[in-house]
Amino acid sequence: MQKNDGDTRPVDVKKIRELLDANNGARIRTWLSLCSRCGLCAESCFFYLAHNRNPKLSPAYKFKATLGELYKRKGHVDREFLHRCADIVWGECTTCKRCSMYCPFGIDVATLIAATRTILYSQGITPEGLARTVVNYRETGNQMGMSSEDFVDTCEWMAEESQDEIKGVTIPIDKHGAKYMYTVNPREPMFYPQDLAMMAKILTVAEEDWTMPSTGWDCTNLPMFAGDRALAGQVVRNMYEKALELGVQAILITECGHAYRSALFEGPYLAGYPDGKPPVPVVHSVQLFYEYIRDGRITIDPAKKIKEPVTYQDPCNVSRNGGLWEEGRKLVRFLAEDFRDMNPNRDHNHCCGGGGGYIPMGPEYKARRMASGRVKAEQIRATGAKIVIAPCHNCFDQVSDLNKEYQLGVKVMSFKEILCELMVVPEKFRPEVSEEDEGES
Amino acid sequence: MQAWYAFLTGPALWATFIIFLGGLVIRLTFLYGLSRERDRVFYNHMDWTWGLKSILHWLIPWGSASMRLQPVFSFVFIVFHVGLLAVPLFLSAHNILWDRAFGVSLWSMSDAWADALTMVVLACGVFLLIRRLVRPEVRILTTAWDYTLLGLTLTPFVTGFLAYHQWGPYEWLMILHVLSAEVLLVLIPFTKLGHMVLFFFTRAFIGFEMGARRGARAW
Repeated sequence: MQKNDGDTRPVDVKKIRELLDANNGARIRTWLSLCSRCGLCAESCFFYLAHNRNPKLSPAYKFKATLGELYKRKGHVDREFLHRCADIVWGECTTCKRCSMYCPFGIDVATLIAATRTILYSQGITPEGLARTVVNYRETGNQMGMSSEDFVDTCEWMAEESQDEIKGVTIPIDKHGAKYMYTVNPREPMFYPQDLAMMAKILTVAEEDWTMPSTGWDCTNLPMFAGDRALAGQVVRNMYEKALELGVQAILITECGHAYRSALFEGPYLAGYPDGKPPVPVVHSVQLFYEYIRDGRITIDPAKKIKEPVTYQDPCNVSRNGGLWEEGRKLVRFLAEDFRDMNPNRDHNHCCGGGGGYIPMGPEYKARRMASGRVKAEQIRATGAKIVIAPCHNCFDQVSDLNKEYQLGVKVMSFKEILCELMVVPEKFRPEVSEEDEGES
Repeated sequence: MQAWYAFLTGPALWATFIIFLGGLVIRLTFLYGLSRERDRVFYNHMDWTWGLKSILHWLIPWGSASMRLQPVFSFVFIVFHVGLLAVPLFLSAHNILWDRAFGVSLWSMSDAWADALTMVVLACGVFLLIRRLVRPEVRILTTAWDYTLLGLTLTPFVTGFLAYHQWGPYEWLMILHVLSAEVLLVLIPFTKLGHMVLFFFTRAFIGFEMGARRGARAW
């Protein structure tokens, strides 16, 4: 529960009204006035399904009790009400957008929830985990507060490490005119630098022309989920402008879901591009990896293909909100012999429960995250899979946590990791092994 | 009584049509102006094919995943809408009135069909009412206004049905019949019943927002 915790700050009604007015476009106005309270949306929501069909978790109830109420009261609300709203818009919705497909009128509840988050943010209310990242973005341009030097050092270190396995691996920094500018989630350089190494190995073997930027390398956008629209726009602009400065052909996004949603779909609007298109094309890793294998730039060793049953976690922001569900599946089939799909799947998948900012919201939300993840856990269990491929960091963490909580007995993996294990390394990339080393091994 | 009836089917009817159509035009014009200014996302990604597919999948029974999840309700919901439109438009008594007033009329269905369809609409209405009362996820959303509008939607059907069969005070029933239908028409542009036209816009929008931009089926 998001508690009031003696929050006695006054409510800035004027500011709330300003935001209500700014959001009061034709869509939001129509959606709020049109909802016929039919209740069809309820069945589409995993929060509702995971909590024994608690009617308070139906999407219509959630926007009615928050944004609907704010409009009705014209912003004249108290702190208590705002904290109740916060509990709903962060604790009971991951803005996965599934319900908008199940509503006869196609009401985009995620947009209504996001608007509510901006209003709460304007009153100083946002989950602490997200608030911390906002400070980091503002100070360093990335959510974990990593300095540019540390980032570049990590890249160099990882390139060096990888040379033992693949000859000639480099991580080119700020290379002008490269085809792809590869952007990542800061947890990679901070906590899982081997993710950088794996990507460098894949791109090297594919003989890709790529670079990593020294700034604007964080493709995540947590201010978008925290409700800080201005900063969310700035974060995405940093990345776009760096890409333009380097003159790259496209921005390549790591295996992260919301980064893709931000860079390709919401970012242009957050950053104020009137045509709604990013200034540089945006490509997701899932797409690129699929093309590499399809086009023979990467070859998979047939003997190493995964024999154990595998399932694919459709990240909401890669599949439903990113359009890459078929590429993801074809990629899995290239890598595994026994692919078992979850049900429902593709664009109609269920959110794992880690999206929309939920994972970074931190430990105080974990118990709720585990409870609402029951739907995903049951979906995974029903496939009988031993490996879950999740091309999204938040899905990865959530499925890993669910694995423990529900004792699913699966291994969660990213595509990078599997590709590195399975790809054929051509002769020219095999490091020369000295006699002495060979003797030791 | 006669005078009342004459008023309701004369000047009041004209006023009703003007408010109904004018109201819809005003609401749509207002929303259009507002959207040009504030909803760039609507125009940036507009796509007729995805928009129409999205609408169509929600007009045919069980055409969407959502309807298939609740097959009984969604079937009732479609039959209810078909009846709501078909009975008033194709009732022969209504068409005779159109013909007398303007010399033009629509195709008419037989009275037996109209009678049966009216009963179906009423049965669907009762089903929707019961669903609102018993399903927790619907009850929690329901307001007094939802019951009022449902009642108001059914009143012309009940009164028309009783009057046709000459059950009860005919003149009173006819006055109530015309009056309730007029109130309903006047309310359409200004309430959730505006979905009569706005459905096509909101459904089309989510169709191309999910489909044209991402290839996802919003149905």
